[in-house]
Amino acid sequence: MAAMHDKAGRPMVVVTGSGLVTPLGAGKVDNWKRLTAGESGIHAITRFATESLKTKIAGTIDFLTVEPLSAPAMAERLAELAIEEAIAQSGLGSRGHFPGPLFLAVAPNELEWPQREVLAKASGANETVSYDDLLRAAASGRFRSYHERFLFGSVGEALAGTFGTEGSPISLSTACASGASAIQLGLEAIRRGETDAALCVATDGSINVESLIRFSLLSALSVQNDPPQGAAKPFAKNRDGFVMAEGAGAMVLESYEAAVARGANILGVIAGCGELADSFHRTRSSPDGKPIIGCIRNAIADAGLTPDDIDYINAHGTGTPENDKMECLAVSAVLGDRVKDVPISSNKSMIGHTLSAAGAVEAVITLMTLEHQRIPPTINYNVPDPAILLDVVPNAARDARMRHAISNSFGFGGQNVSLVLAREPA
Amino acid sequence: MADGPRETWITGVGILSCLGEGPDAHWQALDAGKINVDTTKFAPYIVHPLAPVNFDAQIPKKGDQRQMEPWQRIGTYAAGLALASAGAKGNADLLGRMDMIVAAGGGERDLAADGAILSGLPKAGEQEPFLNERLMNDLRPTLFLAQLSNLLAGNISIVHGVTGSSRTFMGEEASGVDAVRIGVARIQSGQSDIVLVGGAQNGERKEMLLLYEFAQFNLTKEFKPVWARHGHPGFALGSMGAFLVLESSDNARARGAKPMARLTSVVNARSERKPGDVTTTLARLWDKIALRRGKNGAFISGATGVEPATSEERAFLKGHPEFAVRATGSHIGHGVEPQFAMNIALAAVAVQRGALFASQDPTGFERAADDALAQAVVTGVGHWRGEGLALVEKID
Repeated sequence: MAAMHDKAGRPMVVVTGSGLVTPLGAGKVDNWKRLTAGESGIHAITRFATESLKTKIAGTIDFLTVEPLSAPAMAERLAELAIEEAIAQSGLGSRGHFPGPLFLAVAPNELEWPQREVLAKASGANETVSYDDLLRAAASGRFRSYHERFLFGSVGEALAGTFGTEGSPISLSTACASGASAIQLGLEAIRRGETDAALCVATDGSINVESLIRFSLLSALSVQNDPPQGAAKPFAKNRDGFVMAEGAGAMVLESYEAAVARGANILGVIAGCGELADSFHRTRSSPDGKPIIGCIRNAIADAGLTPDDIDYINAHGTGTPENDKMECLAVSAVLGDRVKDVPISSNKSMIGHTLSAAGAVEAVITLMTLEHQRIPPTINYNVPDPAILLDVVPNAARDARMRHAISNSFGFGGQNVSLVLAREPA
Repeated sequence: MADGPRETWITGVGILSCLGEGPDAHWQALDAGKINVDTTKFAPYIVHPLAPVNFDAQIPKKGDQRQMEPWQRIGTYAAGLALASAGAKGNADLLGRMDMIVAAGGGERDLAADGAILSGLPKAGEQEPFLNERLMNDLRPTLFLAQLSNLLAGNISIVHGVTGSSRTFMGEEASGVDAVRIGVARIQSGQSDIVLVGGAQNGERKEMLLLYEFAQFNLTKEFKPVWARHGHPGFALGSMGAFLVLESSDNARARGAKPMARLTSVVNARSERKPGDVTTTLARLWDKIALRRGKNGAFISGATGVEPATSEERAFLKGHPEFAVRATGSHIGHGVEPQFAMNIALAAVAVQRGALFASQDPTGFERAADDALAQAVVTGVGHWRGEGLALVEKID
């Protein structure tokens, strides 16, 4: 039975199903084809008017219709698609019953402008509208559905009901590391022996005018609107910010023992996870990179590996000047002299930054990278940054032999999470 | 792990609410039956306003305070109180390996800016460009960070140096139960030695009242204690912050930290809320918490006053007459995310003193306490979803 446990004696945790929706399409097959072809899913925004906005591009999901549209409604729909694909592949559970808990990374939820406008109109207020008017309209009871839709637990509750997960569904936010945190929570629950399986999902459908403007006011977004496909430029010298995107990633995690016992096909292993919070600043990393370095090292150690065992890094790679510089510093410190030999690529160059979903979207793609032994490129890498001496797999996919990969996720609020994924149980 | 689950001790408590701050002030105010409500400022809605607090005492830099909205200030302050009470403040080594799980809402808005936009929209020629321009000009860049749910945890990292890990759970009351449950599970399994868990709410916010008013959950017009609201149900939001330092008994002993109480178990569930679901779910959870300190004790109930959840919880509680009941919501209001951690803190101070605070419940449901209190069960029933229980035991 020893082989069913990792070097630390904990149950080994494997992935038996995964699902993906990104601006490149729904489903892993389509996504993989387009990712390895170096295609971009970024386009001009048509969902809302972009007059007087500095950024007019994004990776909105336009191939799905959600009525009425809201961030939680879109997030729920995206998650449903990713979960359906993951559960179908795993063959675990039955329709409406998944035998394990739900860990959901999702954006914070709040009422949006269309609803505020409806309320303002319904209140009958004439010259000036205040929250007292909105409250009066709400008290009429005509907008009862807004309560469930805009609770912070809204999407998690709906998905728990739809897929019949067990226990209390956990909705979480660690900003742009949320997706990795969802996988980490599932990993830890299985390691504790609480469950044999967990459904780990991350979703984000929150591109609306206010969310875009909020990031824009922090100067975090690329403003190179033309052509849209060229805006996300991770690690390039002319990188000027990230591009917002929507999507979802889902994974069915199981203990290796349970997966083997039911003869499940094993896609890969969640070998380790590391985290370390940064106390330096709300949006910037500590200049010495120590928290990120510590985070990556914790993940490698948690997997019982050494930096020499790492064959590929799926970068956080947002394309902001700050992130890519700090990530380069961190992986250089961790890998030492090997840093030039270990490929590191950013899926965000093609997908954009799916925010709350990114950690899981990219973990799914990292496992596909190991499965196919082929690395999706970092596109739009035309002006190398002399300060970033990394093999970023520029512009064209590449075959490589890889056993272990790292997927990095870093977020506002000092959030850092790194996952170590392996192709096969060790 | 082969030796069975490790013990979880509560070694630090940081709480503040309309009753003031600190465990003893709360016990005394509850024992005196103090009720602090504001029925006028948000009329017809009733809220429990935060007692005056000197934020400088736990958030010394004004610059940090300026980066936060009130809910984050309340939470960062409460976290500081908890760390101080655990003797962990400023202990860089301990804080560097301290894990953190925060239950958070978020999203405090600039109500004046929203109102001005809503007032201007009908008069604007083209509405979408008007909205874009107003948001570009009226939104404060830093407000976004004050709104993000995970930035309470971020501020605690920055102000107090808690950096082992940082996770934020969302989802109203259930997130508060899950935060404590996962914290305990991590300690019991050896994944953590010490964890900071809790949350904060600013209940004095019209946009939060609005969210709950869609389904008429707010208490209006006339204040009554929780068990007396049957004909006029609703919760009165309460501003509060509550953080607990949970620690393995080994870790606490090794650093000479004194426990307040033992947090023996935390269990929760999600029912569909069909009629009677709350009662049967709590009964099922009761069987899981495994009492071992005799039959007598106290319920520290998080009953909110909304229906049918409150009546269904009451039906469960009535099945255990050997446990005296105290619904703290009558005094501190409904804190949503931090309510469960708050009530665990209040349970901990009660079992530490060995005495349950008195009750002035006009319905008579809250009977007088037994002489010595050795255990308390905390209930956390969400206004819409989520049911949880925690067992807090005296350490002899």
